[in-house]
Amino acid sequence: MLNRRQFIQIGAGTAGVAALSGASTNWWGLDKNPLHDPGTEGEKIIPTFCELCFWKCGVLAHVKDGRVTKLKGNPAHPLSLGKLCPRGVGGTGLLYDPDRLKTPLIRRQSKRGEQLFEEATWEEALDLMANKMGQVREKYGPEAIALFSHGFGGAWFSHFFKAIGTPNISAPSYAQCRGPREVGYYLTYGQGCGSPENIDIENARCITLIGSHLGENMHNTQVQEFADAMANGAQLVVVDPRFSTAAGKARYWLPIKPGTDIALLLAWMHVIIIEKRYDIDYIDKHAAGFTELREHIADKTPEWAHVLTGIRPELIRETARFISSFKPASLIHPGRRTTWYGDDTQRARAMAILAALLGSWGRRGGYLNTSKLDVPGFPYTTSYPEHRPQVDRPKPSLYPLADEVLASGVCDATIPGTSSYDIKAWVVYGTNLIQCLPNPRQTKKAIQELDFIASIDVLPSEICGWSDVVLPESTYLERCDEVWTPDYKVPFLAVRQPVVEPMYNSKPGWWIAKELAKRSGLEDYFPWKDSVEYAKFRVTAAGYDCDELQRTGVIVGQGAPTCEEEGLALSFSTDSGKIDLYSKPLAALGFDPLPQYTPPDEAPAGMFRLLFGRAPVHTFGRTVNNRFLSLITNDNEVWVNAKVARDLTGVGILKTGDRVVLINQDGVRSEPIAAKVTERIRGDCVYMIHGYGHSAKGLRFARGRGASDSELVTQYKVDPIMGGTGMNVNFVRIERATQADEAGAARVREGAA
Amino acid sequence: MKAKRYAMTMDTKRCVACQACVLSCKAENDLPDKGFRDWIVQETRGEMPTLSQENRSERCNHCDNPSCVSACPTGASYVGPGGTVLVNQHKCSGCKACIAACPYNARYVHDEGYIDKCTFCMHRVQKGEEPGCVDVCPTRALHFGDLSDPQSNVSEDLKKRRHKVLEPERGLDPHLFFLV
Repeated sequence: MLNRRQFIQIGAGTAGVAALSGASTNWWGLDKNPLHDPGTEGEKIIPTFCELCFWKCGVLAHVKDGRVTKLKGNPAHPLSLGKLCPRGVGGTGLLYDPDRLKTPLIRRQSKRGEQLFEEATWEEALDLMANKMGQVREKYGPEAIALFSHGFGGAWFSHFFKAIGTPNISAPSYAQCRGPREVGYYLTYGQGCGSPENIDIENARCITLIGSHLGENMHNTQVQEFADAMANGAQLVVVDPRFSTAAGKARYWLPIKPGTDIALLLAWMHVIIIEKRYDIDYIDKHAAGFTELREHIADKTPEWAHVLTGIRPELIRETARFISSFKPASLIHPGRRTTWYGDDTQRARAMAILAALLGSWGRRGGYLNTSKLDVPGFPYTTSYPEHRPQVDRPKPSLYPLADEVLASGVCDATIPGTSSYDIKAWVVYGTNLIQCLPNPRQTKKAIQELDFIASIDVLPSEICGWSDVVLPESTYLERCDEVWTPDYKVPFLAVRQPVVEPMYNSKPGWWIAKELAKRSGLEDYFPWKDSVEYAKFRVTAAGYDCDELQRTGVIVGQGAPTCEEEGLALSFSTDSGKIDLYSKPLAALGFDPLPQYTPPDEAPAGMFRLLFGRAPVHTFGRTVNNRFLSLITNDNEVWVNAKVARDLTGVGILKTGDRVVLINQDGVRSEPIAAKVTERIRGDCVYMIHGYGHSAKGLRFARGRGASDSELVTQYKVDPIMGGTGMNVNFVRIERATQADEAGAARVREGAA
Repeated sequence: MKAKRYAMTMDTKRCVACQACVLSCKAENDLPDKGFRDWIVQETRGEMPTLSQENRSERCNHCDNPSCVSACPTGASYVGPGGTVLVNQHKCSGCKACIAACPYNARYVHDEGYIDKCTFCMHRVQKGEEPGCVDVCPTRALHFGDLSDPQSNVSEDLKKRRHKVLEPERGLDPHLFFLV
């Protein structure tokens, strides 16, 4: 073989000779400039929907020679509108991740957490799992088996676990994420914000973000609408201790002291009410408890809030007037991960009440009425068995307004004697509990108490290393799942269809659930042949054309009116039948009926509050092993305020790139991490991207990269209203990383357990 | 009809620096791991709390006076359809003269030895499609079009919006316009 340079030399020489002999100079086409086509266009283009995060955008998968060459946004899908976020583009990095779970694994001789397994056949692994679960069912009752789940494929397992007869089916996406928000809005309006959220960013004339870093969290449709709104002249107010990407676009950035948002919200309400800048007609007509609210905020002056929040009183007044001047199209964004300080339901209430004062619920540019296509369920002849109540709270009276099962509570109930009965077996689907439940030490301790634990996943995350059986699921690009019909301003029906054949010895979730059911004497609950038959039945029963759906991936329906401007008649299924500014249900339960400010704990001397958030190219810790996405970001940094960094106690002058470790209030020492010295954060906190610092041996790319915020979250404050775990309550000091720290990280990178 | 002159506008106000353009380009053009034809710059100025920020998606500027083309000893770098600056892989000796000549750092050495850079996805444009970065952008911050057509989206952008180019003093007449 000639190398390139020789080829060119020979080519040039020969062309010269050819020219002399008067022949064509086109020889080998060397003097032509052919347009190079990289050849990534698919021979087949198959519509499906994404699972790199929970937004589930419509995707067009290009397939050539049996390989997915690229993923594009589906223009027909209301959530992608032809566009994708970086993670969606990087789905191939998951599909072709060389570290994928390839075959079932069984832990035989080793201890839990040692990450030593033997490869097994599906028969062996499923038999063992069904057998172990059967033993727990028999000995302790079916309720002693818990399911933890995240992601759309979890539907098959929820069904199976309900068939077993356990109520302990939980997702960390509730008590560790959006739960407080849902309860806060439910208490105020009789419904939560849902997912995708029922907000009209597109038509908002003013958008207020309270700690939400839209643009760094890439909820595709929201980001699209955000950019459109900004381009159309919408105004933006950002309340965040950190100068987020969104803050860079804001008319006002309020670098608030962490944990004091409720004080700011109350002071804003004070100004808006005292100066009669609220939507008087709307409040008169639709709200209950305004008198109590007015009394409540009477002393919550901007001067009062200034001392607490660090925001100047005149700026609080100015922003309150500014925000209210755009009502009702003045959107208070409800946020998503709202588990911050343990008073989070009350903060969500404060945001919901402020939104009511602006008259934005049910109005264009505010919160919209959503609708859903009517797709009949599969006509099962079986019904789920009766069971004991869920076990996720130590006493039934605790967290009375939780409307989903608390994943953290189920974990707690695994420690014997904590709750009314003990959890004895876990099945973990698609969620890395070690990183997403607070205090991983406690999670590992609970796991040691179990009779059995299995995980079903695509990648060998930390939780797999703690499991007795690990089952390799096919990725979203290799399987057909449940049909999706979410509540949205435009109702639609989307299907996930396999784009390529399952790789390795992986199996789709529906098959795994059905096989487990068969081995558990519950085959009647899975009367269909496969998920395609199941999906086709539902789609056909709803009157839609399956062939059409296979071609387009999505069917968009006619929506109900989304706002008053479209003829929506507002109604509220709250206690009063109106918007509950004052909440009698909260009062009856002994909670503050109107949101009260509770002061956050102060940082111990020399320590900083630890805050964490998202990078646009990653979803939690789930994508950190994705080599394609990691071409952009493969490490996290700790953000430190520039002034603080000039003379940091025990460190001296800290510069960007300096290697440090974080040590929390309980003495937990992080992996080494690079410092990012920046004007973009307050001096009383530090910030890092969540999801790094993996220790799972099987994640050969992610292991030992960056530092884990989860390991530092040893403390959390539980929201007494709904059991959410506020995780922004940890403090760290900064030290320079030692050689031993770096050597430790290097060992993890090399694959030491 | 006037000859086409392709150009791109990049709206810094819409962009959230998410990097979808970068990954879409890599997938569309099947680039090697270390090869990037476009990249994101997030620039912050000022001191807390008076900060400002600009997000830019950068790439080859497809200049009218491309210093890279002048610098190329083999004729591999050339001005292609619509004024796009392209590289003929087969003529390129990998000498890197163009890399030294480009003030935008828009070129890199491909794993296979030749110099690679943004093509405005001419293979897509010729089929009537938009470049990969434009196609994916969730904030619709990127527009691609013909500057010779006064009604084109890019012409309209430049009429309506304040804009700038990078390194104007070099006189290369770049055709990537940042809307500010």
